[in-house]
Amino acid sequence: MTAVLETPPGTTGGSLLPTKHRPGPRRILLHVFLALASLGFLFPLVWAVLNSFRDYEYTAIHGYVSFGGFTLDNYAEAWVRGDFGLHFWNSLIITVPAVLITLLLASCMGFVLSRFSFRFNTTLLAVFLAANLLPPQALLIPIYRMFRSAEVPYWLSDSGTLLNTHLGVIAVNVAFQLGFCTFVLSNYMRTIPREIYESARVDGASVTRQFLQLTLPLCRPPLAALATLQVTWVYNEFFWATVLLQSGDKYPITSSLNNLRGEYFTDYNLLSAGSVLIMLPVLLIFFLLQRQFVAGLTLGATKG
Amino acid sequence: MTTQQTAPPKAGAAATAPAGRVNRRVRRLTGLDLVVVSLMVAIPTLAVLVLVWFPAVASVLLSFTNWDGVGSIGDIDWIGGTNYVNVATNYPPFWPALQHNIIWFAVLFLFATPVGMFFAVLLDKEIRFTRFYQTAIYLPVVLSLALTGFVWQLLYSRDQGLINGLLGTQIDWYGDPNYNLWAAIVATCWKHIGYIMLLYLAGLKAVDASLREAASIDGANERQTFFRIVFPVMRPINVIVLVITVIESLRAFDLVWVINKGRNGLELIAALVTANVVGEASRIGFGSAMATIMLAISSVFVAIYVTIVTREERQS
Amino acid sequence: MSRPSSEAQYLARLVPPSVAATGINRRALLRGALGGATLLGATSLLAACGSGGGSGSVPADGALTIGSSASDAVPKKALADVVAGFKEPGITPRINTVEHEAFQENINNYLQGSPDDVFTWFAGFRMQFFAARGLAGDISDVWQNVTGMTEALKKQSTGEDGKQYFIPSTYYPWAVYYRPSVWAEKGYTAPKTLDEYVALGEKMKQDGLVPIAFADKDGWPAMGTFDQLNLRINGYDFHVGLMAGKESWDTPQVKNVFDTWRRLLPLHQPDSLGREWQEAAQAIQQKKAGMMVFGMFIGEQFNEGADREDLDFFPFPEVDSRIGTDAIEAPIDGYMMSARPKNEPGAKKFLSYLSSPAAQDVQVKANPTVVATNSAATTTGYSALQKKAIEYVASAKSIAQFMDRDTRPDFASTVMIPAIQQFISNPNDIDGLVKSIESQKKTIFTG
Repeated sequence: MTAVLETPPGTTGGSLLPTKHRPGPRRILLHVFLALASLGFLFPLVWAVLNSFRDYEYTAIHGYVSFGGFTLDNYAEAWVRGDFGLHFWNSLIITVPAVLITLLLASCMGFVLSRFSFRFNTTLLAVFLAANLLPPQALLIPIYRMFRSAEVPYWLSDSGTLLNTHLGVIAVNVAFQLGFCTFVLSNYMRTIPREIYESARVDGASVTRQFLQLTLPLCRPPLAALATLQVTWVYNEFFWATVLLQSGDKYPITSSLNNLRGEYFTDYNLLSAGSVLIMLPVLLIFFLLQRQFVAGLTLGATKG
Repeated sequence: MTTQQTAPPKAGAAATAPAGRVNRRVRRLTGLDLVVVSLMVAIPTLAVLVLVWFPAVASVLLSFTNWDGVGSIGDIDWIGGTNYVNVATNYPPFWPALQHNIIWFAVLFLFATPVGMFFAVLLDKEIRFTRFYQTAIYLPVVLSLALTGFVWQLLYSRDQGLINGLLGTQIDWYGDPNYNLWAAIVATCWKHIGYIMLLYLAGLKAVDASLREAASIDGANERQTFFRIVFPVMRPINVIVLVITVIESLRAFDLVWVINKGRNGLELIAALVTANVVGEASRIGFGSAMATIMLAISSVFVAIYVTIVTREERQS
Repeated sequence: MSRPSSEAQYLARLVPPSVAATGINRRALLRGALGGATLLGATSLLAACGSGGGSGSVPADGALTIGSSASDAVPKKALADVVAGFKEPGITPRINTVEHEAFQENINNYLQGSPDDVFTWFAGFRMQFFAARGLAGDISDVWQNVTGMTEALKKQSTGEDGKQYFIPSTYYPWAVYYRPSVWAEKGYTAPKTLDEYVALGEKMKQDGLVPIAFADKDGWPAMGTFDQLNLRINGYDFHVGLMAGKESWDTPQVKNVFDTWRRLLPLHQPDSLGREWQEAAQAIQQKKAGMMVFGMFIGEQFNEGADREDLDFFPFPEVDSRIGTDAIEAPIDGYMMSARPKNEPGAKKFLSYLSSPAAQDVQVKANPTVVATNSAATTTGYSALQKKAIEYVASAKSIAQFMDRDTRPDFASTVMIPAIQQFISNPNDIDGLVKSIESQKKTIFTG
């Protein structure tokens, strides 16, 4: 995934070995196997989508191993009963700032780590990277108490503290994602030829200008890939939003899943429709920006 | 706490060593530049220290108290290692939870990882439809674990699930403690295999093509090439996958939490911590003791991970 | 028929278990008296602070937030109707609904965080626990104008410090529920003793019914069965002492309860640990199961009208003739005010409204699976079931709340839920089970 991010700007992917085979029986067997495996992986999703279009009364009588009873009602009902409009909006106003701030701070940190060397370079990187891996449950109570006693203006939070605010959830997400993004970006930035900075420095460009006008534009590829990944991760985040937000009407869509279950615990078709609605944004991002994902995989990961 | 939140390793950590660097000393900086650089380091560092490292230390300290989560922190009584003794000897869900975490890890490592690697090897070849195959296997990775739990519930449900419908059984896959851990692990593998496949695909691409060429010229078949040439070269990525799998197994939470709050056969350490500190109960000190145990285990592997991925910095 | 007098009798017996067990000690009385004496001074002081402080002032838009755990369809609508009926100029109430399990699990953090002005909660120890920790608002002044609530209800709303923290709204009895139409068809009659109960269960099994619908995925529903058995086998006093942490769990009495339950388990719906109570209730509703030990809110899973009228209950049968069946469970639900509400005047007006017969009428009309606590509430519109519930509760000699309301919340949730689930999946190691409960209990009831 990160391979692309280590590609020096301007280099192209290494040549892949030409391994064209004539389709023999082994190759056909391989395709059959891979096709079956792919269908196996897709099946749970397909099943959810399929059932989301089916009428509960119909499946209740005929069982799920049947055909028929198609309807769109589940979506309309799930949307209204689950208050999806509100929860999608909450997800949006958590995800977008969290990703932007994470990328900005990570770029800053990565820039300094890669551009200058000082004694604690590696230590700092380790501190960031390790933070990414700690179990969040272990940090819950202190964070909870900190947020509760952190006073913020009332226009930011109706409670006057960071608790039960989207701001708090954004802050935790940023802190947790920083390690990974910093690491990736600093690795990428290190591949930027030193000479570019040297000539900029000779021209009298300040550090700020070097960062904004040289580094960031060159980092477009990893930033795009990271943005794509981060959007899905923050959108999918479940634990922090669940424990730090207390009003049901502030939950982002992923955390509101549990509330939904209480709403329609036995109507699995409705549940499917709700699940499909929730996965729609990430699937959309995935398919629209698959290039970012796939590029990350395949682009010139070979050395040289 | 989802698979995705682990930093994927640098795929070609060993393969792509940076060109030798000339020292770029900070001391060259002056005036405004120095201020800007300081801020660029200080703000993110502060965020990580305050929101991650300080809470981690605080949790360790809280584990030696009997705080119930109410009132000021000044009123806390220090009770030494009592919480740890109680966790180990007087809390029936603890040992099953630890065992479940270990099973979770074992399956992910011994089953999901080889399968993911196997797919990566197959799909690394230039074959038709490889994009489709990769997409299909990778697709579950973009879904949240909480949602994964729901999607699989449609297959697992006792009365309405597909599996029972097809097999004619009446097994409650999520509810029966004989099965539910395995059911949850299967759902996790569904996500994890694609993730491992991604890591190895990147890793395989990083293997020097000339190595394989040389091997095939020497008459080695595909399998020999893989096990003798490719696999050893991917050693760093293997270790990283191991570490990630350990950490993900330790942090496994979302899935069991949406299924049944991690009870009745689905006890996991992370769920027990949450149940004790978040619930109406609020046994903060007790829960923190389990959190500290988690921290201790994970820090060993975090250290391994950080050592590997930052090794090249030190070398350069 | 509504019988206010008998209802009053019922309410008179509603003594909080903690109080009943210890009697009101002199210190508590003294504290109560002191509280009363300083009340006037304190309120004027508060008022002075309120005008200056930021959090004491009333929001400009008159917003009043209500935290609700009523996430199921029927009670959710009931609360919405009640709020709609609250017409006070300058106050705009808004309901925040959280899924009820999540609401309860999160209550501690919720109350310490930024709670709503008013929130739904339960009477008894479970209320006092949070009041004692300063997480609930004193509403003694609201109580001064409350009418139609008995002294016993007031006691249930009173914290350890003698102040009131709770407005009772509704209650409902726990018993064994069934569908009369099914029973009439099969010729079943309500069992009086445990032996008859078992015999009936066996017969239902032969008739192709699941005898006892059962669900314990959420951990609390099975507590109801434990409570019923313990009340029948060991009586009210032992039960209350056990819940208060005074009696030992590692005793022949408790072992007897689990042992009796073990004998009944084959009659229970299997795979209960993966089932939510709603699904079990629907097994009754769909006439697939014969009976269920549950609260009257089982009716929420029935359709309005004839479907819901086809629901009845009988008291959990007698196990020991020396103990009898006059101890029952009838939990009280209601409302509390948070410790530092943003709109205190609004919250108190709203709570006062909630205690009124008018509000309770609206609530009970929308949710006919509960009974109003206010004796002036209109009972003419009550269903036969509601009327029976009033009589049933009135005829009981002693009334418990429910395990998770009669004992410490941390004990109930981190010890008893896993222990009972453990028992259900492996009912054979009762000795080990009660030993483990008792040893964990000692680490929690330390005070």
